[in-house]
Formats: sequence, C-alpha cells, structure tokens
Amino acid sequence: MKATEERLDELRRQAERTGRVDAKGIRAAGSPLPEPGAEHGYYGLPLLKPPVWTWEIPLYFFVGGAAGASAMIAVAAQLSGADETLVRHARRIAALGAVISTPLLISDLGRPERFLNMLRVFKPRSPMSVGAWTLAAFGGFASAAVVADELRLEVVRDVAGAGAALSGLGMATYTGVLLGATAIPVWAEHVNMLPIHFAASAVASASSLLELLGHRHRALALLASGAAAYEVYATKEVARSGVTSTALKAASLLSGPIPLALRLLGIRSKRARRAAALASLAGSLITRFAWVEAGKASARDPRAPLGLTETLT
Amino acid sequence: MTTTGFLTDSTLCIGCKACEVACKEWNDVPDDGFLWSGLSYDNTLTLGASSWRHVKFVEHQPRTGCGGNAPGHSTWQFSSDVCKHCENAGCLEACPTGSIVRTEFGSVFVQPDICNGCGYCVVTCPFGVIDRRPDDGRAFKCTFCYDRQKAGMEPACAKACPTGSILFGDLDKLQERGEERVAWLHAAGMNDASLYNPTETSVGGIHAMFLIRGDSRAYNLPPKPEVPTTLLPRAWTAAGIAAAAMAIGSLAAFAMCGSGRSAKQ
Repeated sequence: MKATEERLDELRRQAERTGRVDAKGIRAAGSPLPEPGAEHGYYGLPLLKPPVWTWEIPLYFFVGGAAGASAMIAVAAQLSGADETLVRHARRIAALGAVISTPLLISDLGRPERFLNMLRVFKPRSPMSVGAWTLAAFGGFASAAVVADELRLEVVRDVAGAGAALSGLGMATYTGVLLGATAIPVWAEHVNMLPIHFAASAVASASSLLELLGHRHRALALLASGAAAYEVYATKEVARSGVTSTALKAASLLSGPIPLALRLLGIRSKRARRAAALASLAGSLITRFAWVEAGKASARDPRAPLGLTETLT
Repeated sequence: MTTTGFLTDSTLCIGCKACEVACKEWNDVPDDGFLWSGLSYDNTLTLGASSWRHVKFVEHQPRTGCGGNAPGHSTWQFSSDVCKHCENAGCLEACPTGSIVRTEFGSVFVQPDICNGCGYCVVTCPFGVIDRRPDDGRAFKCTFCYDRQKAGMEPACAKACPTGSILFGDLDKLQERGEERVAWLHAAGMNDASLYNPTETSVGGIHAMFLIRGDSRAYNLPPKPEVPTTLLPRAWTAAGIAAAAMAIGSLAAFAMCGSGRSAKQ
C-alpha cells in the first residue's frame, strides 16, 4: 500500500483493462466506493497488531523447552540409578539450553541493552515477567549443577539439579501461557491446550536428543512415545477448531503419528528409533514456529475480534 | 487528581485531521510512511507506534438523512481514534518491566526510559493500539499528553480540534455529557447514535469514549473487548497440569524401567 505513483498507475491500468479494481478493501463491482460496514469491519483492515517477534522467539521456545524437560529427566534418571553418562548428558543439555536461550531472548528485544529491565520488577500477572524470572533461575541452577558436578560437589550438584528440574518444568510450560493469555484470537482459543502441547513437545525433544546421543534407556522411549501420543490428540483438537496452517499440520504429523508409528512398529529397530527421534525434534521445532506464525495470521484477520463469521470481501 | 478522559464525538468531526497533526507536532512523533490507501480519505489506516490519533473515514452508499446529505450523495462519518486508556489495560498488565504505568490522571503511560521493546504489550492490547517502532525498538502509543496534563493543559489533539469533536475533561462529567448528547441526537431523529464504552466486559470501561453512529464494528471497535489477564487462571491451570504430568511421567518412566537398558542392540 505504498503511496507511489506506480501503485496508482497499476490501479488505473487494472481499472482500464478489467473495468474493476481488485485491491484489498476496494469493492468496485457495482459500487464506486469501498465501504466499511458491520459485515467486514473498517474496510477489512486488521483490528489487532500482529506479534513483532522474529525467529529468535520460536527458536527459544524450542531450546528452552528441551532444556527444561532435560533437567527434569536428569533428576528422574539420577533417582532411578540410571547410567551416569545419561544423567550427565541430560544435565548438560539443560545448561547448554539455558546458555543459548538467553542471547536469543535478548537479541529479539527492541532495546537489547536494556535486557536487565526484565528483572526490574516481578509481576505474577505478566507471563513475560514470570518467564524472565524462571529463565534466570533455571539458568543459574542448571549451570551450577554442571559446574558442581565437574568440581565433584555432590550436595551442591543435587540441590542445584533439583532447582533446575523445578524451574525446568516452568520453562517447558510457561511459553504456552505466554501465547495463550493474549488478545490474539488463535492463541487465546487454545489457551487450555498450549501449555500442555508445548510441554509434550519439550519432553519429546529432550528424550529424542538424548536418544540421538546414543542412550538407549527404555524410559526415554517411553517418554517420547507418551508425548507423541498426546500430540496425536492435540493434532485432532487443532484441526477441530478450524486452524488451517500447513506448517502446523506438518509439525503435527512430525510430532505425533510419525514418531508414534515408528516407535510402535519398529520397537527393536535402531534405525526406526533414530528416525522417530529426528521426526520428534523436527516436529517440536516446527510446532513453535507454526504457532507464532499462526498468531501473526490471526492478528491480521479482524473477523474474530469483531465477532464476524462471514468471509471478508 | 481527578481522572480525566476524552469524548470523541463523530457527529461533530469534519475529518480535518488537525488532531493527528497536533499530536505529531507536540509529541515529536515521526512519520510512518506516506501511504495512498484508496480507502476514502484515510491514508493513516490504523493507530500505531507513530500514529497516536487516527481519523477514520466511514464512507457509505447514499443513505438519506444520515450525515445530513442530500439523496444521491454518499455519506461521510469521521471518527478520530485514539488509545482507549482502558480501566483494565491489557498492555499495562502484561508489561514485564513495569514500564507501562497508570498515571495520576488515570491514563495508561509507557515510560520510554524503561521500555526494552519486548513486544508483549503489542499482543495483549484488545484494541490493537500499541506497537513497537521498528527503527527505535521501543513500544509507543498515546501518552494522553501526560506532560501537558502535568502542566494543567489539555492534550494537543483536543486543543487543536476546531469543532469540539474531541472533548477533554473529568471522566465522569464527560460520560454524562456523552449520554446527554446521545439523547439529544436521538430526539433529533438520529436513532443510530450511541456511546461506545465497553463497561460490561473485563476491560471495565475506557477513558477515551467514542460517540458514533451506526454499528461500532464499521469503525473497527470490537463489540466485546476482553483484557487477556482474564485468561490467566485457565492458562496457569493448564501449565500446572502439564508440569505435574511432566514430573510424574519422568519419575515414573525411569522408576518403571529401572537402570536397565532396552534389548541389546
């Protein structure tokens, strides 16, 4: 919609050629005027503002989720007396995830140099504030656990590990709250589902990462299968609400039916397990990107906030 | 301090856009592109980081009696949009830095020295008002001329309005005045006039009310705006369930499988 002479000329040419102008919001057929109205809002223009977040945020949702779930897996594995390398790897994934998450979030800020303002107040009403504090706590605990392990300080390691697991549960779930409790229609509609959906996605990606690192613990396969089973259900829920996003469909297939089938049918096959783990990881990553993109598309459509059901002309 | 408000009366607006210009001048707001939209005389199109007042041009097919036009002429209705300064403001609730505050005048104000441009207010405003300015990085919207009000002056847009369409004053008095005006318009035969102030929803009323004719949706004013904070109990319940399932699931999976590996491969 740039006000260039080119644009005007383009409209004039179209009007001359076809006798009508099809540009958005212009209803030339039988009417000289574009018209706002109850049935299409203010010229069909967006009522809401789309999210300004770029690729860093959905990537952070993925990394932070996997890290959080990994911290929980580290504690569960340690308590069950599992292989020491598995526990250590899980702990390191958690710490590495926290280390990657922070710069991702900072670089997406409009004023990155003011990132510390995030910890200026603690506001339980703001999911973004809760998230910033959760990440701060998680980052501290997860890295302390790794450092304490290197220094063989077992008590410190275990206390920090427990802290990382607890805050990790927050890391894997709060992002669903962050999207759900907004004015963006497609996110708000799925407010009951998003935190669980993202948690399942986080568990699947953490277990898959550990499997790809060569760990064949049955618990990992069990967790990944459980998460994939939930994703099959989530896919149905999303489809039922009428969301038409190709990316979301692809993400659903990769997170749900594909890894689940591979795990059930190829239970003894190493290759099937690897393929399932790769599918889950890809699905989990695409899931976060697809949801953020769905939010952008949803914000551009004024029908939901205006309570309109008719299609826009 | 009394709570102040705006009453923007579309039946008095002549679409001169003096409010848009006065706002830009006083607040030193940069231009946000020179657009030709083809949508009546509206080339501002929407409120945003660099448009804090926006005159809507609601143009209709000939409708006798509406807007005082002769039959055969299309009708014009103009309405100057602005931040609603909600009683329960989504942006204020969501702001993680505490940059967005409620002033002593009851308005919602973004402190530019604190905002770090996280963008969360953008998705929590049910009216699509606040936005991040791309070249600056911070979020901006109408300040309700906080600086002018501090000095006892009315906001720049109200000062510049040549027809008295933008009224500024004590919120309660403006509400009364708006209701009186609607009654007067109804008596004059303009039965489609109404005061837009969603007090029945979780937004709990707005400090910038609009007197409009016809359906509010033609002005992109949502009939039922809700503050997203109302979704928090449901969202956190779901998060709690998810966290519990994750914790129990992880502990149970490892407890069941012991330290054993699956079949040797």
